[in-house]
Amino acid sequence: MSENTLLRLEDLKLHFQTTKGVVQAVDGVNFSLGYNEAVVVLGESGCGKSSLAKAILRLLPRNVASYSGKVFLNGTDIMAYDDEEFRRNVRWVMMSLVPQAAMNSLNPVLKVGDQVAEPLMTHHGIKKEEALQTARTMFQHVGVPEAFLDRYAFELSGGMRQRVAIAMALVTSPALVVLDEPTSALDVLTQANIFNVLKRLKHELETSFILITHDIATSSELADRVAVMYAGQIVEVGDAKSFFTAPLHPYSKKLMASVPRLRGDQEPEFITGSPPSLLNLPTGCRFRDRCPAAFGRCSEEPPVTVIDQRLVKCWLFN
Amino acid sequence: MVAKMVDDSRAGFAGESIKGDVLLSVRDLHVWFELRRFGFGHAGYVRAVDDVSFDLRYGEAVAVVGESGCGKSSLMKTILGLNKPTKGDVKFDGKDINSFSTQDWQWYRRQVGYVQQDPFGALAPFMTVQRILEEPLIVHGVKNAAEREQRVRKVMDEVKLSPVDDFLSKYPHMLSGGQQQRVVIARAMIMEPKLIVADEPVSMLDASVRVEILKLLRGLQESHNLAMIYITHDLSTVRYFSERIFVMYAGNVVEKSPVDDILKNPSHPYTSALLTATSDPDSRNAETFKEIPPGEPPSLVTPPSGCRFHPRCSKKIDNLCDVEVPPEFEISPGHVATCWLYK
Repeated sequence: MSENTLLRLEDLKLHFQTTKGVVQAVDGVNFSLGYNEAVVVLGESGCGKSSLAKAILRLLPRNVASYSGKVFLNGTDIMAYDDEEFRRNVRWVMMSLVPQAAMNSLNPVLKVGDQVAEPLMTHHGIKKEEALQTARTMFQHVGVPEAFLDRYAFELSGGMRQRVAIAMALVTSPALVVLDEPTSALDVLTQANIFNVLKRLKHELETSFILITHDIATSSELADRVAVMYAGQIVEVGDAKSFFTAPLHPYSKKLMASVPRLRGDQEPEFITGSPPSLLNLPTGCRFRDRCPAAFGRCSEEPPVTVIDQRLVKCWLFN
Repeated sequence: MVAKMVDDSRAGFAGESIKGDVLLSVRDLHVWFELRRFGFGHAGYVRAVDDVSFDLRYGEAVAVVGESGCGKSSLMKTILGLNKPTKGDVKFDGKDINSFSTQDWQWYRRQVGYVQQDPFGALAPFMTVQRILEEPLIVHGVKNAAEREQRVRKVMDEVKLSPVDDFLSKYPHMLSGGQQQRVVIARAMIMEPKLIVADEPVSMLDASVRVEILKLLRGLQESHNLAMIYITHDLSTVRYFSERIFVMYAGNVVEKSPVDDILKNPSHPYTSALLTATSDPDSRNAETFKEIPPGEPPSLVTPPSGCRFHPRCSKKIDNLCDVEVPPEFEISPGHVATCWLYK
């Protein structure tokens, strides 16, 4: 791949062991991300998109059944690192995470300024005064008044807390920030504000983003490229412009048609059926039971086809 | 759709526009919650709903749109009789709920159905679907078990929980989110109400299921000629599922309008801001920044003087917006905004 690649995933798998069997949450994901690029990972709940974030940052729960594949960061395979090397060289140094419901994950008994400064002190061994100084500039970037450094989480509104969580992810100037549903619990105006902040950060700090969301409409606020995830796999990757105007995969088309639009008269439609259980996945194309275009070959595993630099995993394009 | 504008709600006259008879009439409604210091001693009021008036006709669907904390849930709970109004009237079919007797309340509970936000939280985990749907019938004195079962089957068929036999003996945790919400809707429908209050009925559901549930609600509303209050923060769904919109901000209704009108011609600056903030999927969005009013909604304990939106408003008129509370101004028939820009 080109020299511009910051992150490349090759056949990344993350399976969980549960009492009911093995959940194949991330099942052979391939995609790459350039410098200063924002990729949106879209999918319904339970498609494995949050597990993908965990797999990239190696934040694994205890019940992992298998975790395999390759993750290249700046050309180095970081899957080869042991946990200590990963912590020292990758997590919060090269890439960081804004977890789902981040605004509720702040420590209630620490001042938010200290929390934002903490990664600098632990990862870079920077003294507290200096770290707080960096935290202060970070607060300016995300639009939180400097005076809030000395406040506690409960003294801030939801939108402000979310900004603090973003500041915490950015304070070590990582090359990549993974955002897991960063605005799902926020009001419309706050949500629009957060996206303004993210766009500005992308310009000012040249950070790359992976935005994981189910909200197609707001995801277009940040997306350079879009990856659609279905039942543990990526079924389509393409640039935002072609994706939002003409998605390729039948599932992507259905997803786009389900978005209620404020402007334009297209009545939203729903997708019949429900996604397959990740415990018991069908062979062949995983969407075929819900797919209006399904035909005989769909019972075989579909190949990934490249069309004008867009990737689609569907027999229709073979 | 909307005929004539005769809004003079403050004086207690009938509704804003004439389509059919008024089912629910809310006048001058205030819902304040008292704050107490150390359990006693008065410490002010949270003015969750402050001077709200509107009419809802038979068979009409209205969306109440606003951000969290704007008072839309307090308004809804007052209509359901779960909060007592501090001041003002709520009249249903001409009867004032402030003067309801116990029998009246029983009657009222049959007239109004409630669709909760979180379906899993709203369904008792130890009851089967059949038991959940039978309970309102038992409470309201349908003694014949065969009749109860027949009504349960009918309503399940209407919310498309089919095949019915498969679902009757299931517990809520065995159902998907969309199916749970169908059970909640069935329960709201089973007493054959005239009004359904739906509080963010799809916000807990997956994006692909949302449209399905909204279409189901809309279908039931039309086929049964139900009046519906649809509470939401999502403007993009509103136009497909309701005829009128009320926009709430900090305890006030700031704009009331037919759906198409408000989307083409938002009049209150807050409504415009909401519309700007709502995205459609379009790759051009990534190239521009949105103009969002600065700041955050005010405290409802000490709301700003005058128009409550004035500290954030880019069009505010000095010495007017910050001093005097704006009355309703008519923009076009059926479309009113409480904003001094239209005086």
